[in-house]
Amino acid sequence: MSDTSPLPEHPPVTDWVRDFDHTDPHWTENPYPIWDQLRAAGPVVHTDRFLGCYMPTTYEAVRQIAHDTEHFSSRRVIVRDERPEVMKNAAPPITSDPPYHKPAKQLLLPPFTPDAMTKLEPRVRAICNELIDGFIADGQCDAAARYTKYIPVRTIAHMLGIPESDSDLFIQWIHMVLELGIKDESKLGQAVHEMTAYFDGHIEARRRQPTDDLISTLMNARDKDGQPLDDSHVMGSLRLILIAGIDTTWSAIGASLWHLANHPQDRARLIAEPALMPIAVEELLRAYSPVTMAREVMKETVVEGCPMKPGNMVLLSFPAANRDPAAFPDADKVVLDRKENRHAAFGLGIHRCVGSNLARMEMTVAIEEWLKRIPEFRLDPKGAVKWSQGTVRGPRQLPLLFGAAG
Amino acid sequence: MSGPLRIHVDPDKCQGHARCKALAPELFTLDEFGNAHEVGDGTVPAGLEEKAYLARANCPEIAIDVIEK
Repeated sequence: MSDTSPLPEHPPVTDWVRDFDHTDPHWTENPYPIWDQLRAAGPVVHTDRFLGCYMPTTYEAVRQIAHDTEHFSSRRVIVRDERPEVMKNAAPPITSDPPYHKPAKQLLLPPFTPDAMTKLEPRVRAICNELIDGFIADGQCDAAARYTKYIPVRTIAHMLGIPESDSDLFIQWIHMVLELGIKDESKLGQAVHEMTAYFDGHIEARRRQPTDDLISTLMNARDKDGQPLDDSHVMGSLRLILIAGIDTTWSAIGASLWHLANHPQDRARLIAEPALMPIAVEELLRAYSPVTMAREVMKETVVEGCPMKPGNMVLLSFPAANRDPAAFPDADKVVLDRKENRHAAFGLGIHRCVGSNLARMEMTVAIEEWLKRIPEFRLDPKGAVKWSQGTVRGPRQLPLLFGAAG
Repeated sequence: MSGPLRIHVDPDKCQGHARCKALAPELFTLDEFGNAHEVGDGTVPAGLEEKAYLARANCPEIAIDVIEK
């Protein structure tokens, strides 16, 4: 592995309101009080870090920016130290703006509808149980390393038609793109290069022998003039599906198990009231939304009274929006049966997550199967929970003991 | 007493979050792209009024209208 070299460190944050940094260890460990502080300072705050970056702190400011594709571009979707030249077809449609966005997105929507997910569900249930079989007899496990990590990666591999046994390779690329790549351009480049070579092989194999999977779906797609997609578009969308579909749901399932390990009453309620699961999953998504996106200011504008200038990035924190008490009463409390929940965990506006139905299904199945077989569990007091840094937040180490506390 | 409720999904606002379909499957249908539409002319059968309001309260795009005649 090549990710052991030390990363350039950012100076510690002393003034969160004027100098915020979402890669600071305090943010990684516990962002909620920081977001409260930023929100109290105003609906939009700014840092000079990352070559200049705003952060909307309220649900309303996040909503306005997410809906405003005229002033804000999606061509860069990660707030990073550097801003190298934009890559053509980086990862359509997430990196696409109108008018290119809609056709690119419509290609990907049909394979991810709720009905399509229902067909996939038995495979996901089987994956969950195979994973649990591997550690249940031990009475303990690092659930982030042995359970939550492999459910999305194996599911996505299954959908793409690539070997589930390559899972660790995909996870390494994602780590390089979403975490190491924030501060180290070369790691991002290396991951993109390796992914391209990997998918080239699979595309070539399908030219000889077509298959019934997402890679073939993209290869066979035609635009409105009947033309096949550019090779770079196919490659970009494959990168997107692989990157966006794994860390994110890994994080959401992990944060859900972390919450349930800490809240025996919520665990007991989900076991006693299985019909509550769909609503509870929405609440867990709201409270522990993993994904923070980015925009780039293209034209000067004003959001909630705050001027926003071109040349700056925007840290578009859906997780912070979902903790805004103006939008959600008791925003910092997990209310499993929350009746009104317009959470933005999957984004708002045209870039609504293509995989939202997949993520929900995976979360539901992963929690259900876990609770069926391991109804009692708790954090291992001798271990430490570690959270990922940067763009996607979730437990990367989650040591659990099974059975009631004794 | 007023007449039955009617619902309408604004197709320009709907982004396919599919929350309405999950909460009120009797009232909403999804197209091949996963975007939501009201079933039939949107008339809410008696007894499903609460579900219509629940769907509206959970649409992240505020795309659902509940029309009270």
